[in-house]
Amino acid sequence: MSVDRRTVLRLLAKVLALFIALNVLFALMNPLPALGRISLYNGLVPGRERLPYGDDPAKAYNLSLYNLDAMFASQRLSRGAKPADEFRVLLIGDSSTWGWLLQNADTTAGLINAKNLKTGDGRAVRAYNVGYPIMSLTKDLLMLSRAMAYEPDMIVWLTTLESFPSNKQLTHPIVLNNADAVRSLITDYQLRSDPNDPAFVNPAVLGRTVVGQRRSIADWLRLQLYGPLWGATGIDQYIPAEFEPAHRDLEADESFKAMQPPTLSKDALAFDVLGAGARMAADAGVPMLIVNEPILISQGKNSDTRYNFFYPRWAYDQYRELLRDHTAEDGIPYLDLWDLVPQEEFTNSAVHLTPTGSRMLADRLAEAIVSQR
Amino acid sequence: MVATDKTAPVTAPRVAISQATVRNAALFVLSVLAVFWLQPATPIRQMDFWLPVASLSLAVIVWAATSPAFATSWRPGRQTLIDASVIAAVVLAVAALRFVEPLSSFVTRSRPPDVFVVAVALVIVAGLALLAGRAIGPRPAWTTALVIALITMLVVLKWEPLTQAFAALLRLTQSQSTAQASAFDVRWLGFSYIFFRLVSALRERAAGKLPSMTLREFVTYVVFFPALIAGPIDRPERFVKDLRANYVFNLADATEGARRIATGLFKKFVIADLIAIFALNEVNAAQTQGAGWTWLLVYAYAFRIYFDFSGYTDIAIGVGRVFGVKLPENFKLPYLKPNLTQFWNSWHMTLAQWFRAYYFNPLTRALRTRQWQMTAIILAGQLTTMLLIGLWHGITWNFAIWGLWHGAGLFIHNRWSDFAKTRLAIPPERPRLQQAVNVLGIVLTFHFVALGWIWFALPSVPLSLYVFGKLIGL
Repeated sequence: MSVDRRTVLRLLAKVLALFIALNVLFALMNPLPALGRISLYNGLVPGRERLPYGDDPAKAYNLSLYNLDAMFASQRLSRGAKPADEFRVLLIGDSSTWGWLLQNADTTAGLINAKNLKTGDGRAVRAYNVGYPIMSLTKDLLMLSRAMAYEPDMIVWLTTLESFPSNKQLTHPIVLNNADAVRSLITDYQLRSDPNDPAFVNPAVLGRTVVGQRRSIADWLRLQLYGPLWGATGIDQYIPAEFEPAHRDLEADESFKAMQPPTLSKDALAFDVLGAGARMAADAGVPMLIVNEPILISQGKNSDTRYNFFYPRWAYDQYRELLRDHTAEDGIPYLDLWDLVPQEEFTNSAVHLTPTGSRMLADRLAEAIVSQR
Repeated sequence: MVATDKTAPVTAPRVAISQATVRNAALFVLSVLAVFWLQPATPIRQMDFWLPVASLSLAVIVWAATSPAFATSWRPGRQTLIDASVIAAVVLAVAALRFVEPLSSFVTRSRPPDVFVVAVALVIVAGLALLAGRAIGPRPAWTTALVIALITMLVVLKWEPLTQAFAALLRLTQSQSTAQASAFDVRWLGFSYIFFRLVSALRERAAGKLPSMTLREFVTYVVFFPALIAGPIDRPERFVKDLRANYVFNLADATEGARRIATGLFKKFVIADLIAIFALNEVNAAQTQGAGWTWLLVYAYAFRIYFDFSGYTDIAIGVGRVFGVKLPENFKLPYLKPNLTQFWNSWHMTLAQWFRAYYFNPLTRALRTRQWQMTAIILAGQLTTMLLIGLWHGITWNFAIWGLWHGAGLFIHNRWSDFAKTRLAIPPERPRLQQAVNVLGIVLTFHFVALGWIWFALPSVPLSLYVFGKLIGL
C-alpha cells in the first residue's frame, strides 16, 4: 500500500473536522433526553420494577445515572399505553419505598400488587415503585413531575423528616444534575430554593459535547446492557447475606441537623415542596395520599433522647405535628404510620424495612388506597 | 568483539542505518522501561519493582546461556557491555526515582527499593549470567536444565497452592505477615509470554537453529513492549530479522499500524468491554434463570473473549508495525471455521504453533520411533497438547477439562475427517451441498467452542455443570 503524506494529512484534517462538527452539534442539540427515551426495556427486555440505582453494577445489574428519561424509560411504567382496566397508583419516596435490601416482590409496591386489589368499578389496582434512594423532597417532586406523564389515578407519597430540611434539598447529585428541570419546578411552584444555586451542574459548552457528556452516554449504554441480565435474573440489587444492623444504642445527642431543642422551625423544613407536589397532583385531578413512613423506634441506650440514629425525639415529635397540621390545612389526605413497624423489622437503617415490616406497611397502604379511591 | 556483533548490517544506506539504530535503541529502552511501567501493584512491598527485574534477569541469563559469545570466553564483548550497561542504567534510574518524591511512583506502582540493594542485585544477576554462559554456552544440550527451571517457575505461578507458598516466602523477605499470603500477591506481568519466548530461544539453541543475537536484540525480543501482556508469541529468528532489516520510517506502515491500533482499541474497549457486562462469569452464571438467558451469557462470553483477545493482538501488531516490526497474526476469523482443526489454526495461532513446534511434533516423532499406532499417537498428541495449553492458563480442574475438551474434539474431528474423506466425499458437481456442509460445520464448531468456554470462564466444575444443566433446561 502506498500512502503519501498529503493523503494522511488530508485524512487527519477530515477526521478532526468531523470530530469537531459532531461535538458542536451534540452540544447545540443536547440529544441526551432523546437518547434516554430509546430503551431496550419494555421491548426486548422486561421493564424494571423500580428506578435504576446501584452501587455494585457487576452484581446488581443496575447502576445510578442522572438521565431521568432513560431511568423512566427502563421502568415498567413505560411499557405502553395505560390499560383501561388499570387503577394506577404511583408510590413516591426514598430508599424505603424503593426497597433497600428488599427483593422487588417484597417492596411496598410489590406486596400491594400481590394482593390483586380491585376498585369498586372493577379496575385492577396496580402500584408502581417510583421511589429513589435519596432523602429529599425536591428529589421526590422531580420524580413526581416526571411520573405525572404516566396518567396516575392516585399518588402515594411516603416521606420522613430526613427528607425535609430545606438546606439539604439541593445537595444530591440526581437533583443537581437535572438543573433545568429542578429550576423549572422552583420557578413554577415558587419554591424557596435558589434557582441559581451554584451547586447546580451547568456544563459549559465543552461539558455539553460528546467528550464532556461521555459519562452520561456510557451510563445510558450500560443501563441498556444490564437489561438482558435484569431480564435473565430478575435481580436489580445486590443484597448481602449479612449487613450491619441499624443502631439501637444511640448517642445522647439532642441535635437535629444543627437544630437544637426545644423548637423545630417550620421554616427550616421544605413544606413548600410538599405543597408543590400536592398542587401538581391536584392540578391534574389526581388524588394524593401523604404518608409519614414507619421509623425504627429504638429501645436501646439513650432511646429516651432519640428514636433512632436520625431523629431526636423532640424534633421528630414536632415534625409529626407540623406535618399533620400542614396536610390538614391543605386538605391533603394524610396517614401517619410512624410507629407501625416494631424495631426488629428494620434492617440496616431506621427507615429500611424487612420483608415482614414491608408487608405491614403494604397492608395499611392497601387499605388506604382502597378506601381513598 | 563478540560473534553477535558481526550480524549487524554493514552495507545499508547511511540514513537507513541511522533510523534503524534509533528505532532499535528506542525499542530496547522502551521495552525495558515498559516491564516496570506495566507491572501492576502487588500487596508484597516493592514486588512491583523486583518482578520486572526478575523478568529482565531471566532474559539476560537465558541470553548468556544461548549466546555463543561465552562459549569460549569469560569476557563479554564491547556491544554486550554497552547493552548490559543500558539495562543496568534504566533499572538503576527507575530505582533512583525513589529520591525524586513526586516521581517516586511514576514508573513503578510504589516507591522503588534502595538503589544500593538494586545495584548489588544487578551484580549478582551479571554473575549468574556469566556462569550460565560459561556452563551452558559450550554445551547446548544443557539448556534443558534451564527449560526445566522455567517450567518449574511457571508451575509455581500457575498452581494456586504453590503460588500462595511462594507469596509467603516473598512476604518473609519483606518482613510482611505470611498469614495474609495469597496467590494474588504474585501478579508477575507477562511471565506467561516471557516463558514462551525464553523456552523458544533455549530449544532453538539446543537444535542449533538460534541465530546469534546481541543482548539488546534478545532482551527486546523477550520483553517487546507491545506483545508483553498478551502476545503474539514471535519466534526469535523472525523477530531479529525485522530488527536487522533496513528500517526507514514508512508512512504506509505507520498508517496501517494506526489502523490496527484503532481497530484493536475499538474491539477491546468498546465491543469486548460492553459485551463483558452480560457475558458468562461466576456471578452471572449463579444468578441467571432460564435456558435462553443462559445461552445468551455463553454466546456473549464467546464473542467477548474473541474481541478482547484479538483486540489486544491488533493493538500489539499495530504498535509493532509503526516501529517496523511485523508481529505474527494471532487470529483469522476463528468462529467462521468449519471444523475444530481449522479453528485452532486461526485462534491464538502463535500459541498453537509454539506447542506444535516444541511439544506436539517432538512427541509424535518420539512415539513413532516407539512404534505406536498412528491413532494412538494422534490421541496422545492432541489430548496432551491441549491439556498443556489448558494448564498454561492456570493449573485448575476447569482449565484441564477445557484442554481435554478441545483435545478430544480435535481427535474426533481427525478421525471423522479420515472417515469422511474416503466414504462421504462430496462430489464437485454438488457445490451447494458442500456449502451446506460448511455452514453446518461452522455452526457445530462454534457451538463446540462456545460450550467449551464454560469450563474456561468459570472457576469450578460444579458451577460449570450447573450451567450446562441450565442450558438444557435442568
